[in-house]
Amino acid sequence: MRNIWTIAKREYKAYFSSFTAYLFAFVIFLVVGIFTTGSIVYGLNYYGQVPPPDVQVVAGPMAFLLVLACPAFTMRLLSEEQRLGTIELLLTAPVRDGELVLGKWLGSFLMVLSLIAVTLIYPIALNFMTSPGIDQGLMISSYVGLILISAVFLSIGVAVSSLFSNQVASYLVTTAIIVVFWVIFSILAQVGNGNPLLSFLDLSSHFYNDMMQGVLSLRGVVYALSLTAGFLMLGSVSVETRRWR
Amino acid sequence: MIQVEGLTKDYGIRRAIDNLTFHAEQGEILGFLGPNGAGKTTTMRILCGYMPPTSGVAKVAGFDIVDQSLEVRKRVGYMPETVPLYPDLSVFDYLKFMADLRHLPDVEEKIDEVLETVHMTERSESLVSSLSKGMRQRIGLAQAIIHKPEVLILDEPTIGLDPAQIVDVRNLIREIGKERTVLLSTHILSEAQQICDRVLIINKGRIAAEDTPERLQARLTGSGRIFLRIRGDEDGLESLVKKVAGVISVFPEGDGAYEVGTVAGQDLRPEIARAVVKGGFDLLEIHLVGLSLEDIFMQLTRDEPQPPAISDENFAEELEQDSGEAG
Repeated sequence: MRNIWTIAKREYKAYFSSFTAYLFAFVIFLVVGIFTTGSIVYGLNYYGQVPPPDVQVVAGPMAFLLVLACPAFTMRLLSEEQRLGTIELLLTAPVRDGELVLGKWLGSFLMVLSLIAVTLIYPIALNFMTSPGIDQGLMISSYVGLILISAVFLSIGVAVSSLFSNQVASYLVTTAIIVVFWVIFSILAQVGNGNPLLSFLDLSSHFYNDMMQGVLSLRGVVYALSLTAGFLMLGSVSVETRRWR
Repeated sequence: MIQVEGLTKDYGIRRAIDNLTFHAEQGEILGFLGPNGAGKTTTMRILCGYMPPTSGVAKVAGFDIVDQSLEVRKRVGYMPETVPLYPDLSVFDYLKFMADLRHLPDVEEKIDEVLETVHMTERSESLVSSLSKGMRQRIGLAQAIIHKPEVLILDEPTIGLDPAQIVDVRNLIREIGKERTVLLSTHILSEAQQICDRVLIINKGRIAAEDTPERLQARLTGSGRIFLRIRGDEDGLESLVKKVAGVISVFPEGDGAYEVGTVAGQDLRPEIARAVVKGGFDLLEIHLVGLSLEDIFMQLTRDEPQPPAISDENFAEELEQDSGEAG
C-alpha cells in the first residue's frame, strides 16, 4: 500500500514539471470555458435569460476532452521509465509489479481528478446565476460519470504504456483502444439493433444516456470499475512478463 | 550470502550466460571480470530480481531469487551500469523516493549521511539533469547503499569517474566489503586486484577462471616475464643472464632494456640481479611484468577449438588443382 502511495505521489508531482500536462490542462480549461461561457451568452442573447441551467454544457465537452487528454497523461508513465532505464531500479526495488502499476495509475488519476475538480467552478457559477439553481443530482451523477470514465481511460493508458518505450506510440495505441470502447462499440450497438451485449459494452452510452441524464445505474458503474480493474491487471501482467522477455 | 548454481539465461536463441556456478561469503568482495557481452550484467540483473533465469537456482542472503524475489530485493543494493535517474527530480527528492520505496525510517538523516559518504552534500538540491556523469554515478551508488544492504551489487562502479573519485569509491567499497557481501563487475584488472578478495573471469557466458587476483595472475601468466634495465656497456649481458637457471629467453628491447622469460612459478629476480651485478653491469631497474587483462583474455580464449585452417601448402595445392581444372 505504502509503495503505491509513494509512486503515486511522485507521479503526481512530476506532472507539475511536465509541459504536456500543462498543455492539456490549458486546452481542457479553455474549451470547457468557451463552451460554458458561449452557452450562457447565447442564452442571454436569444432568450433574454440564462438558459435552463444544465451541467451538460460542462460534462459533454469534458468527456470528449478526456478521451484526448487521458492518453497524454498516461503515455509517459511506464514508457519513459523504459526509455530512461529507470525501470531497472524500480523492478529491483522491493516493489510488487502490481503496486508499481497501481501507483502509476493512481498518480495520473489524482492529476485528472484535480483537473475535473477545477471545472466544478462552472456548474457552481451556473448555480449562482440561476434560481432555483441547477439540478444537483444531475451534476453529481455527471461528475461521477466523468470520474469513472477517467479511471477507465487512465487504466488503459497505464497498461499500454508498459508495452512501449516510445511515448507517441503509447499515446496513439491508448487512444485507439479508448476509441474502441467509446465509439466503435457505440456504432456496433446501433448496428446490432439492441443486442444487449453490445449495448452493455458501449461505454459512451453508459455515460451519455445514463450518467449525464442523472441516472447512476449499477451496471454502468460496475462496468466502468471492472474495466479499470481489468486493464490495471493487464498492465501488471505486462510488467511481469517484461521480466521474462 | 550469494549462492549460484547452474544459472543459465537465454535471450531468444542467444545464450547470455551458460551454467554459472559460484558463491560469495559475507565480508567478501567478489569481482566479475570480463569483456563486453560476457554476461556480467545479465548475471547481476538476475541476482537483483530484475529478471528470472532460464534455468538454475540462485540464493541471495538466504532467499531464492525467483520464489522470494521481494525478500531478496529488500536486502540487495543494486547500482546498474548506466545509472538511470529521473531528470526532473533533485538529488534529495530522488534519494527520498528510492528510500521511501524501501520504507526506511529517518529518511532525511539517512540521505544526509549517504550524500556525505559519496561527497555530494553540496549538490543535494541540484536537479539530476544538471549533474555530470561522475556525479550521477555517485548518486547511483548512494541509492544502492542508503538502506545498508546485506548484499551490494555494483555494475562497473568506477566507470566515468575521475581518478580521485575512483580512489574514493574503491575505498568505500572496501569499507563496505568488510562486513557485507559485495559483487562488482569491472573490466579493469588493476581495479579487481586492488579491491577484490576473489575474481571470477567470465567469457562468453561461462566462468573461465576463478581465484584470488594474485594467484589468477600468476597462474595465467604461465611463464614469468621480468623487465631488466642496465646502464652503460651491454656486451655479454644476454649470454650472462641466459646462464641463470630457469631463464628461458632474453630479448633485448634497446637502450639497455631487456625482457627476460623465465619458467613458471618462480620469481627469479634475486638470481638475475645477483648475476648482473656480479658480472659488473650497472643494474638500474628490475621488475616483474604483469599481464594485462587483454593478455589474460587472449590466453583464456586461445584454448577454444578453432575451425581447421587450411595450411599454406594445402592452399597452394588447391590453387593448382583449381587452375588445372579451369585450364
